Amino acid sequence: MSRKRPRARSAAEAAGAEALLPDRFARWFAARGWSLRPHQRALLERARERRSTLLIAPTGAGKTLAGFLPSLVDLTAGERSQRGAGLHTLYISPLKALAVDVARNLIAPVEEMQLPVRIETRTADTSVGKRQRQRLRPPDLLLTTPEQLALLLSHADAAYLFADLRMVILDELHALVASKRGDLLALDLARLGTIARDAVRIGLSATVARPSELRAFLQPQCEPRRVIRLADLVVTGGGARPDIRLLESASPLPWAGHTARHAVPEIYAAVRAHRLSLLFVNTRMQAELLFQELWRINDDNLPIALHHGSLDATQRRKVEAAMAAGRLRAVVATSTLDLGIDWGDVDLVVNVGAPKGASRLIQRIGRANHRLDEPSKALLVPSNRFEVLECRAALDAAEAGVQDVVLTRTGALDVLAQHVMGMAAAGPFRPDDLFAEVTSAQPYDRLSRRDFDRVVDFVATGGYALRSYERFARLRPTGDGRLRLAHPRLAQQYRMNAGTIVDAPMLRVRLVGRKGIPAPGRPAALAGGRVLGEIDEGFVAELAIGDTFVFGGEIVRFEGLRETDAFVSRAWDNDPKIPSYPGGKFPLSTHLASRVRSMLADPRVWSSLPQPVAEWLELQQHRSAIPAADEVLVETFPHGQRHHLVIYSFEGRLAHQTLGMLLTRRLERARARPLGFVANDYGLAVWTAADLSQMIAGGALALGRLFDEDMLGDDLEAWLAGSSLMKRTFRVCAIIAGLIERRHPGREKSGRQLTVSSDLVYDVLRRHDPGHVLLEAAWADAASGLLDIARLGDFLRRTKGRIRHQPLAGASPLSVPILLEIGWEPVHGAAREGLLRDAAEALIAEAVGEKT
Amino acid sequence: MLGLRPERLALDDFKTQPISICGKPFVADQSGALYWPPERTLIVADLHLEKGSAHASRGLMLPPYDTRQTLLRLAQVIDRLEADTVIALGDSLHDTKAAERISAEDLEILRIIQQDRRWVWVTGNHDPVIGDCFGGERTEEIALAGIALRHEPRLGRITHEIAGHLHPAARISIYGTSLRRPCFLGNGLRLILPAFGAFTGGLNVLDDAFLPLFDDDGLAVWMLGEEGLYPIAARLLRRD
Repeated sequence: MSRKRPRARSAAEAAGAEALLPDRFARWFAARGWSLRPHQRALLERARERRSTLLIAPTGAGKTLAGFLPSLVDLTAGERSQRGAGLHTLYISPLKALAVDVARNLIAPVEEMQLPVRIETRTADTSVGKRQRQRLRPPDLLLTTPEQLALLLSHADAAYLFADLRMVILDELHALVASKRGDLLALDLARLGTIARDAVRIGLSATVARPSELRAFLQPQCEPRRVIRLADLVVTGGGARPDIRLLESASPLPWAGHTARHAVPEIYAAVRAHRLSLLFVNTRMQAELLFQELWRINDDNLPIALHHGSLDATQRRKVEAAMAAGRLRAVVATSTLDLGIDWGDVDLVVNVGAPKGASRLIQRIGRANHRLDEPSKALLVPSNRFEVLECRAALDAAEAGVQDVVLTRTGALDVLAQHVMGMAAAGPFRPDDLFAEVTSAQPYDRLSRRDFDRVVDFVATGGYALRSYERFARLRPTGDGRLRLAHPRLAQQYRMNAGTIVDAPMLRVRLVGRKGIPAPGRPAALAGGRVLGEIDEGFVAELAIGDTFVFGGEIVRFEGLRETDAFVSRAWDNDPKIPSYPGGKFPLSTHLASRVRSMLADPRVWSSLPQPVAEWLELQQHRSAIPAADEVLVETFPHGQRHHLVIYSFEGRLAHQTLGMLLTRRLERARARPLGFVANDYGLAVWTAADLSQMIAGGALALGRLFDEDMLGDDLEAWLAGSSLMKRTFRVCAIIAGLIERRHPGREKSGRQLTVSSDLVYDVLRRHDPGHVLLEAAWADAASGLLDIARLGDFLRRTKGRIRHQPLAGASPLSVPILLEIGWEPVHGAAREGLLRDAAEALIAEAVGEKT
Repeated sequence: MLGLRPERLALDDFKTQPISICGKPFVADQSGALYWPPERTLIVADLHLEKGSAHASRGLMLPPYDTRQTLLRLAQVIDRLEADTVIALGDSLHDTKAAERISAEDLEILRIIQQDRRWVWVTGNHDPVIGDCFGGERTEEIALAGIALRHEPRLGRITHEIAGHLHPAARISIYGTSLRRPCFLGNGLRLILPAFGAFTGGLNVLDDAFLPLFDDDGLAVWMLGEEGLYPIAARLLRRD
């Protein structure tokens, strides 16, 4: 590709740094009293050498400007010769709001320097007309999301659109990879690499545990596979050390629960003492509750707002604007505000509840204070005793600068299937070429040819052992060794269903109109009304009319459902009837877990913990035992009418739930008559009808056998057959792979009895085609995702022969928070049948005149 | 309230449930089939054979095993109840082109099931025409014990009718868990059968589509479980 070099460059190269910046850039920097920062300079140099580079910098270091400088300089350098549509730089962000925000921030310097650069965004909100125009006459810089990139690449004109691409900027790369979204992005980058071979990739990321994972993601991989190719790395220093404190509340520290209600007065005091506070919680429900509690004591009428993913988008935009304008004093938020959008001058971050991971905490703390030279200030508020340990561990990790997120993953086969369809929509392809392209993407660099062919076969005919769909094939040979789409309609179908984000079905929450407010004893008229936001369909399914719950910062009464709207009215109760979802959405990270274990094992550090926690641990040592760091403690004791087994494994809620399911199956076989179990991030409690201490003492039950790793074999297989978790996982795979269609709003009405549910497909497939590629994809997801089997396996291996059993006369201090956890699971797969039976028996009892 | 006497229910056996229609004692089976013992007649609705391949022909590659699964389930219940007559209550085929797509093996299975018994295809909106290759007799409506058997239920509060077409399903919520299953829906005077096909979805019995068919009270629902058929109180029913 021929291009005029910037004039100044060759002449002044020896002069060093200044040569990197053309005059008007240099003047612009000088006018602000700025100089080129070392990492900005490094990126300019790397880009000039056409080397892909990862930039790791903390928030506030001018990361975004550094990422765009090479493009702006290149675009200003002079005339460009065009082969295609002229798109120079593609910027990809994980959030459309971030893309819009970055565009806004970029336009100011571009106008001030009077650069001849056109900048546009493209998101799902961009009008159809503008999107069409962008494909023919794109701007110089296009700011967009991974999903939009996939759609752009599925058009026949993609080769023309991207022919002149020189630069790809991937913002918040750490948040984009390590998910199915990252898989899709990797595949799309591979295609961009085929179209515009010498485009340079620049990754921008917060501090991560292993930068090489991101560097490999940026760089095309090729033979020989033994060597992993890495992009260059530029790291800039960490700025001031954060100032993190653990809140020690004056109120007694709760044994269990996740609301931190006891600490609300102190949180409020902290808000009062700062300019703008961000209050992070782990779930939407917790956000609602904290917001509610704060307003209950908000005597100063401080402007405190709420921000989470369920709220209506316009509502969220209002909060963001108010934040940016400095009109708020505090915002209660979930992970929706985790990422790099700069909404205002935050001077305090409060993390309420468990931090769950060191990287996560550092990311959140980074939201405070965007001036590099001042320390970010953060307050950790544990909501129960175990969380004190976890907060302390996270604090230590953050101060030591330890990160704990693993960013490498094996690319998912369902995502690959979607991508193959998208590439076919762009035009005929040769399988050999596509295989080479796909395996240049790091997540797929170990993909076998056999699996690739299975996926292509799945896309073509469904990939079934019974090969009855050949005549309906979606891909057909062209005669010259290529495959083409059988019908243009299929490209349309692909575009309607593209993307890897499959949300649980959501319902709109509407306030019943004034006319609809029910008279006492009369049902509400379900019509009209303002939209408050969206809520999980599964949550609504459990509600009865009249139940109250917290939503959008107020307590509302459920009035009923109409199509996809859940109607509510304002309720005046003080306590909602349906309290909250238990726990956090993210499981405790492996790194924090091991810190918590060693903290527990070392009584010398207890004195640094809040006094109630230290006393709690001493009591545990006295009454039962404290496990050594490499041991796992199992207690058995009678409590209430039943017997309990509690294991302190610290492997996160998901792995514990899986362990609970498998353990209860085994206990059932051992005739211990398990009745139920409850799991949280720290441990698991199973209750049984049989006396476990006696069974173990008498040799009827061996703990070593009970916790043997082989439970991950047949037991797991048998349990998964009917598991709703597995069905949910399969549904996501089936939608991503294009086996079943997404539900589009407004189209549900077209006859629910005609849609085929993924559960039915799952059952049929398991039975008739157990080796099918989609079942394999779902299994791989379950193992690493909802079931966390990999982590459970590590745990079982690590603790083999290291189980310390402690029979007790009653509950131990350590067991109380686990026993008090809400959301217990009933035992055995037959449980659902039991529900129907109970419902039927209730009817019979009613019919024969007994009270139920 | 239910058109049945509760003491006749044996709690330890939920496999079948007596359902009376205008005083005639039918037996509902957990598979979703209805049985008339005096004439050893089995009634099933909405088999939707070749639904998977119908989707495949439009570009959605659903598994091609639904016809096989439906026929094998049907064979099991015919064997278990030793039916002499089978009445398929319409929408037995997902569309009129099912004959072109069904595999020779599945047709052979159907032929074996049909041997030595009377087989009646009641036509439905999905299968107004049923090809000769499917054997059996064809009719739009048939009477059994003075009860009309047709695919689509007649609008209005009529009696003496057994129909399919609507794929009734019920959702209940109990102990904080919600459960959605196909069901029989009736009021002692008429009955709607659940869909029998492997890939058939369900329409919630609280949907407006059921309003023109039944009065508000006296509605009874029997939900299909894995191991049995369960009568469910109307107050437990939930919308989707």
